[in-house]
Amino acid sequence: MRNILLLCIFLTGFSTTVFAKTTSLEDPAIQDRFKALTSQLRCLKCQNMTIYDSQAGLADDLRKQIREQMHEGKTDDQIVAYLVARYGDFVRYKPPMEAKTVLLWVGPFLFMLIGGVMLVRYIKIRRNEAGNTDVENISEEEHLLARKLLEEGGDK
Amino acid sequence: MVRYLVPVIVFAALIGVFYVALYKDPTELPSALIGKPAPEFNLTRLFKPDEHFSPDTMKGKVWILNVWASWCESCRYENPLFLQLASTSDVPVYGLNYKDKPEDAKQWLEQYGNPYKLVAVDANGYVGINFGIYGVPESFIIDKQGIIRLRHAGPITREIWRKDFLPLIKELRG
Repeated sequence: MRNILLLCIFLTGFSTTVFAKTTSLEDPAIQDRFKALTSQLRCLKCQNMTIYDSQAGLADDLRKQIREQMHEGKTDDQIVAYLVARYGDFVRYKPPMEAKTVLLWVGPFLFMLIGGVMLVRYIKIRRNEAGNTDVENISEEEHLLARKLLEEGGDK
Repeated sequence: MVRYLVPVIVFAALIGVFYVALYKDPTELPSALIGKPAPEFNLTRLFKPDEHFSPDTMKGKVWILNVWASWCESCRYENPLFLQLASTSDVPVYGLNYKDKPEDAKQWLEQYGNPYKLVAVDANGYVGINFGIYGVPESFIIDKQGIIRLRHAGPITREIWRKDFLPLIKELRG
């Protein structure tokens, strides 16, 4: 009995969160668009969540606005422009390519390039260092030392 | 020598960036509306529900729009400052009551004092969205042409008032 009660409590919790986001009578195409778009937008109140996921009151209002605008026939771009005009590019998880965001977009590749160049140079230097030991011109002493070391290793 | 200095410099620069970022408030977002006209609205007034308020009527004045709500804890912190301003200065402060119940809002103003010239009611928060509100309180300085010149998110302290608000208001009044 207790388990059933607990289950009921859990299930009601799920149903309310689901209904808060999608109204079941809605056109599935709009529902898909709504989910895709709101998942790309940042909730301003709890900044690490999307507008789709957030339980904040503001996110709820913005979901309502976005849904209304979709029903009015606005395109995704128009809706994003509406939000950016009010909240700035911060509302987008994927900021546009602009002069001030170039580093953000190009940065990772730039660092990868710098890292790659450094790695290649390092390997070349190490190779040259290794290449300096000329096998042909090893002295008699070094030969003996090498043989001794090899024999010691062979014993074990 | 330079070979060994480069990593040290890079590391120091990184520490510098982290140090600066450590003391920045991540919840403080830049407003997209600075330098743009204040969004138009026409809302009913809290104490005179048959009358409306529109920012259009404020052209020619430098004024403050303060977004607040009775459920907002930190609105209580800045209320005394606004009360003092209402009696000692001639800077008009207009309230935008954001997503609140009119009864609660009225009761709150009775309890803590009403510093506002008038209060407009934004019951569903849609005007707030047009202003890019993401938390209350938020305050805007709007100039004579109806352009938003400053936005402050969070309660205004005396220091912020002295440092940011007062000089700008003086400048805008000319």
